[in-house]
Amino acid sequence: MAVKQREGMTTWQRRERGVQLAIWAAWLAGTAIFVYCWRLISDKTMWMFVWDAPEQAVDLAERMVPPKWSYMSSLWLPLWDTLNIATLGTLMALIIAVPVAFCAARNTTPSVVFVRPVALFVIVASRSINSLIWALMLVTIIGPGVFAGVLAIGLRSVGFCAKLLYEAIEEIDPNQVEAVTATGASGGQVLTYGIVPQVLPAFAGISVFRWDINIRESTVLGLVGAGGIGLQLDASISNLAWTQVSLILLAILATVILSEWVSAKARHAII
Amino acid sequence: MTAAVAGRRWRRPPFIKSARLRWTLFFGAALYLALALGTLDIDWNRVVEGIPRGRRFVMSFFPPDFLSRWAEILDGIYESLWMTVTSTVVGIALSIPVGLGAARNLAPRWVYLACRAVVALSRTFPEIILAIFFVKLFGFGPFAGFLALSVGTVGFYGKLLAEDIEDMDPGQAEAVRATGASWFQWLNYAVQPQVLPRMIGLGLYRFDINFRESAVVGIVGGGGIGATLLTAFDRYEFDSAAAILFIIIAIVMAVEYTSGFVRRWVQ
Repeated sequence: MAVKQREGMTTWQRRERGVQLAIWAAWLAGTAIFVYCWRLISDKTMWMFVWDAPEQAVDLAERMVPPKWSYMSSLWLPLWDTLNIATLGTLMALIIAVPVAFCAARNTTPSVVFVRPVALFVIVASRSINSLIWALMLVTIIGPGVFAGVLAIGLRSVGFCAKLLYEAIEEIDPNQVEAVTATGASGGQVLTYGIVPQVLPAFAGISVFRWDINIRESTVLGLVGAGGIGLQLDASISNLAWTQVSLILLAILATVILSEWVSAKARHAII
Repeated sequence: MTAAVAGRRWRRPPFIKSARLRWTLFFGAALYLALALGTLDIDWNRVVEGIPRGRRFVMSFFPPDFLSRWAEILDGIYESLWMTVTSTVVGIALSIPVGLGAARNLAPRWVYLACRAVVALSRTFPEIILAIFFVKLFGFGPFAGFLALSVGTVGFYGKLLAEDIEDMDPGQAEAVRATGASWFQWLNYAVQPQVLPRMIGLGLYRFDINFRESAVVGIVGGGGIGATLLTAFDRYEFDSAAAILFIIIAIVMAVEYTSGFVRRWVQ
């Protein structure tokens, strides 16, 4: 037990001296790194622009109210596009993610040495690159539009879905798989009767979870030309049409809240 | 018994038990897909036309060119890293009071509602939209990106911290309170040890997210590697862009590996 002798009395302490010192040193190092990084950022900042930000904010807020409600009529189609980008993108991601996940899970992969690292690299590469950057690339290849958005969301979500799914596959109960194997089932039958039923709830949960995230992400893809309500947002900001901007932000807010509600309901029903 | 069973075959129980709900969902999904694909408006000519171009484009990514823009890339990566560090630290520092307030078992009702509102608001908008506005207000540069990432961190971390506190073991908290501990002592000795291991892991995870997001806020002028990346795309220097993407992937992998290591060490 960590105790300290002081004036002949033994007092309780939370930690041993060495541990306490190590924690203190870690705090010191952390603070030093933070202060250093902050200095560098501060050097690159024009503080003059920062100080007049409150005035700018008030000015901007004044220009943003009231929202231009009549503009809503031309937002329904972009909102529908946004929904489609998220849903079709999630669908595409799930179709690709399932085989990748089975290749990445230690207990189902065809080869731990050759196939698994490739699958893991696919997962990391897809996860590290933001959907906006995927969209930036895809717009150059296949042109601006909803399709580029669908592909961008899909490619970004593959890694996320595959990672969560392969973790779920690795956590299955091996006894059930063994029981199915013992009946003389073929490899495919073991998969459909022994493994799939065990990961199906996780799969459904992951898809709903990712769909919710994708709704959020697909609202901004238009900034680089990949369709959806982001296009209108970008255009309105460039035109300094701030009353339209505030309406678009409200529309995004409503969509996100709605999608969160739907996904919460769906996940509740699954679990 | 055997005669009756012989003609029947076992079938797997369906995933959704109610047949009505199953078919409603099935037809609903089919209808939606038909509608969505109908309005998707894919210009297949453009796509087909794009395939050879796409191949050329993909080819022009290889080999990645690390050298010709190395100075700019290095500058951007450093800026991204500074932004990541500062925004993670500031974001987490701000989210601790918010998270404490948003825990139902800790805060009075009005504080709870106020903090939940803060969390919900900062979670709604993607970092990039926040960045657009912060760039408008605070000018171009890493400061705007830093602010956007910090606000994003508050929403993410505050929510998870609050949920973790709500899930804690009330027995330990009660035991410490029974010794006559003050509120801060109670927080420090009962709540903090229970949530700390998971929160360190989540902090590292958020660091990882912030680094990835810092690559994006640059697209709208928030500083960091995103600005360099956008410039590379605009100049059609796809080999430099590929180099940047590879560096991002490598750093994300390194951070993920380290955070896994630290998490195992903490728990």
